[in-house]
Amino acid sequence: MNYLLIIGITLFVVLSIAAGLIWIERRLLSVWQDRLGPNRVGPFGLFQVIADTIKLFFKEDWVPPFSDKPVFILAPGILMVTILLTFAVIPFAPDFYVFDSNIGILFFLGNSSLGVYSIVLGGWASNNKYSFIGAMRASAQMLTYEVFMGLSLMGVVMMADSFSFRAIVEAQKDCWFIIPQFFGFVVFFIAGVAETHRLPFDIPEAEGELIAGYHSEYSGMKFGMFFVGEYLGVTLISAIIATLFFGGWLGPSFLPPAFWFFLKTFFFIFVFILLRASLPRPRYDQLMSLGWKLLLPLALLNILITGAVLLFLK
Amino acid sequence: MDVFFYIAVAIAIFSTIMAISRRNAIHALLYLILSLLAVSVVFYLLSAPFIAALEVIIYAGAIMVLFIFVVMMLNIGLEKSMEKKWLNPRMWIIPSLLAGILLVVLFLALSNVGSLTENKGDILPKQVGISLFSTYLLGVEIAGILLMAGVIGAYHLSSQNKKVTHRFLEKK
Repeated sequence: MNYLLIIGITLFVVLSIAAGLIWIERRLLSVWQDRLGPNRVGPFGLFQVIADTIKLFFKEDWVPPFSDKPVFILAPGILMVTILLTFAVIPFAPDFYVFDSNIGILFFLGNSSLGVYSIVLGGWASNNKYSFIGAMRASAQMLTYEVFMGLSLMGVVMMADSFSFRAIVEAQKDCWFIIPQFFGFVVFFIAGVAETHRLPFDIPEAEGELIAGYHSEYSGMKFGMFFVGEYLGVTLISAIIATLFFGGWLGPSFLPPAFWFFLKTFFFIFVFILLRASLPRPRYDQLMSLGWKLLLPLALLNILITGAVLLFLK
Repeated sequence: MDVFFYIAVAIAIFSTIMAISRRNAIHALLYLILSLLAVSVVFYLLSAPFIAALEVIIYAGAIMVLFIFVVMMLNIGLEKSMEKKWLNPRMWIIPSLLAGILLVVLFLALSNVGSLTENKGDILPKQVGISLFSTYLLGVEIAGILLMAGVIGAYHLSSQNKKVTHRFLEKK
């Protein structure tokens, strides 16, 4: 298929999912909290997203005079670029992907580590105490969780014998990696929630204590980019969990492969939203000690045991 | 491919020059990150995708975040008038002339190497791993010991007894 067409379809699908998630999240949260949620605009309130987007476009795009202007404008762009680039290596179906790289997983990890800059620089450039504290927390949290986010995937890489997403999916023909790599999955899932700084790990923005943390000075479409970027991140982490641990596009053949991929992805998106509805936010030092004292040793043990078993079986 | 190579190299050199000539520390660090990304593209074009990915993850992703963290904590991003004095031509013109001569010599020495980006097949992660744990095993172990020293030092620095200053927690 034509490259440009695939890129266009991928961008369209991913951005529509991310925008639609704003509505899905509000409706689901209200179901779990026993209320109705947005149901006025259009059928089931579906056009709420469009109304919100139009509102964002027409809002005043204010750059604070006390901010560092070039960095302030650059920051939201970094978030969008790094997340959207990562979707290029994810195979939606056996023959539907933008490019199949033999360093696919490393490409994802590299992009997610560059994504930290958008939050750190956004918070610093705002020149505001609350934003600055948010940026500080974000950089420490994301640096911590990146370490074992990478380590937790090494078991999958060892079993599939490749860094390429396509090869990993094809290696799961007989058995999804969730069964042999259960601890890798647990560590990756927690690290994924922390990387997208969603509740319960939304300490960088913690609206109860930091107003909105790193993006409290942002307005208009720049705020919109941070907002949609968060949902893009949720979609990305869900898609990667579905690809690496739940067999990606694999499934019974009475439905097309892309359907199975999106079914699994949406399941994890809903889990993300359920987490937000049900869990309280931990304290900052609890987050750090959970990371370094429990998840890091768990990820290292997982690598050790997987390697030993694989050597034994050879 | 040579065109991409020279574009990446030009960006790397330009952003490095910008990095050492900015007075605002955060802006300088941003140019340094750009320079590291350009070097990573150079590695990729020299058919070493694994090293290119590690360059982004470790240097541009992790180490530079730590740099920015420290610079933000110390709040030295603002312009200081002191640094204007350090950038007068008398300070840098002779060293850069000498470095320029070295660069010309390097170009002359390298001029008969031929195409740099000639594709000899990508060096895959597996090959890197095998050579690290066979040919260069000693280097890997020495680096491991060095990192261990860093870990022990950090533990020692952070484990000093903290005095509890809260009035309810103080022992009488």
